[in-house]
Amino acid sequence: MVAELFQQYVGVVVATVAGFVLVGAALFANRLLAPRQATRAKGLTYECGMLPIGRGRLQIHFRYYLFAILFLVFDIEAVFLFPWALSFLDVGAMAFYEMLLFIIALGFGLYYAWRKGVLQWR
Amino acid sequence: MTLLDSWWDLRDLGHAVAAFLEWLGDRGVPSWLPYLVSTLVGLMALLLWALLSQLFFIWAERRLLARIQVRLGPNRAGPFGLLQPVADALKVLSKEMITPRGADKVLFWLAPIGVVVPAIVALGVIPFGQRMVLADLNVGLLFIVAVSSTATLFVFLAGWGSANKYSLLGAMRSVAMLISYEVVQVLALLAVAVFVGSIRLGDIVSWQGRYNTWLIFLQPLGLLGFLIASSVEVNRTPSDIAEAESEIVAGYHTEYGGIRWGMFQMAEYIAGFVVAATVAVLWLGGWTLWGLEEWVPGWLIFLIKLYGVFFLFIWLRGTLPRLRIDQLMGFAWKFLLPLMLLNVLLAGLEMVVWKETEAPAEVVLPIWAVGNIAIGVGLVVGWALLMGHLRPRNRPARSLLVREVGQIYYRPLEEV
Repeated sequence: MVAELFQQYVGVVVATVAGFVLVGAALFANRLLAPRQATRAKGLTYECGMLPIGRGRLQIHFRYYLFAILFLVFDIEAVFLFPWALSFLDVGAMAFYEMLLFIIALGFGLYYAWRKGVLQWR
Repeated sequence: MTLLDSWWDLRDLGHAVAAFLEWLGDRGVPSWLPYLVSTLVGLMALLLWALLSQLFFIWAERRLLARIQVRLGPNRAGPFGLLQPVADALKVLSKEMITPRGADKVLFWLAPIGVVVPAIVALGVIPFGQRMVLADLNVGLLFIVAVSSTATLFVFLAGWGSANKYSLLGAMRSVAMLISYEVVQVLALLAVAVFVGSIRLGDIVSWQGRYNTWLIFLQPLGLLGFLIASSVEVNRTPSDIAEAESEIVAGYHTEYGGIRWGMFQMAEYIAGFVVAATVAVLWLGGWTLWGLEEWVPGWLIFLIKLYGVFFLFIWLRGTLPRLRIDQLMGFAWKFLLPLMLLNVLLAGLEMVVWKETEAPAEVVLPIWAVGNIAIGVGLVVGWALLMGHLRPRNRPARSLLVREVGQIYYRPLEEV
């Protein structure tokens, strides 16, 4: 079991390490090649050439959070659906009808959100 | 498929590595060492391929876009401008990395690293041939989705860490867009998983080889959803509102310069390759080509399919104008999501019927293919009608520009 896991995931681990090495090398090369001279004007954030006005951290509209909540619902649905997709044929037709009910219930959730105007980008 | 197990069999470069492993095993080294060595060799090849084809596609994309837009494109550095990406890379490397004074330094540093590494890791589970896969995970499909969606987090870190209004706006847009289309993407992949009954990428390819069909015929609707959703996920131009230069400067990487900016570009390209590879594996039969893989190397077939899909993305970029954020969000939630849910249910129903009737695959699969294509077209057209599209009320017969200008006048070359 452990040997099998090792065989499967050694590639992932090595690829992760290699990714960090690659990025590190690129950053190091940039350090070597590029000039470094911080000035006051360079440290300003970019606002089309004008001096920045106010704080950099804006207030963000509420509509983004509504979409985030909807996303949570449907992503967790996907978490349930993946094991179902791999095993529903072994369980039998009943498993399909149960998932049908589940998806219809979620579909009503989507319909409700739609009618409530959550999906309207205002 | 008869496989010669000799190391010089170029149809699968995995043979060479396997022969090398055997040779190492005969020398009596500890059992974990060959795996590590072969992984390192494979990874070197993979990274080399990724970087080279990235360099090539930076050039190819600019040339193709120029071609589409009737310009010349880069043509000075080297023959046909082929050395342009090298020059670009050198230029990016010699630019100063500036950190804004108000920035959150840790997040600002972390973001470009965290965007690139997941893209490379996701590349590691793509099977290029029967044995040419770095990590043959039994949860490969889920792994690709999981790893590539971590990029969302780092894009937000980049926007938040920069302390710039445009960066934060771009990051919020990007996160809203990515999470919306991620649901669509996952549901499109799910329909494939329902059909094949496995989420190991190698199994999906061999399923298509066994039934001698590609899933593009059985899952056209899923492919449509996945293509659209993934072109949004990798921030390519028809939907790159997260970095729309005409609206919010450059979005979440406004404040980045030097190689840290280059890393965002690199991540975009590698993520594009991962997506194109996923399409090639899942819908276009991976390294199989109806028996031709006996003669042509499978990895070559796979690469041609991958580049074909990537070319499609470039073509889309050259053809479509940028969409507005409300259009994009509405399209994900009101159009693609219901269709993808129906698609999953349809796939499940078909599999249940197939299992219950126990009909042979040669009878069932053509029926499902024809039926799914018809249902797919019907659903897209029907849903669009239901949503009130396809019925232009106020749309001018001729485009606005032509109507206002009167006509487009091209001055002949002699007059210039």
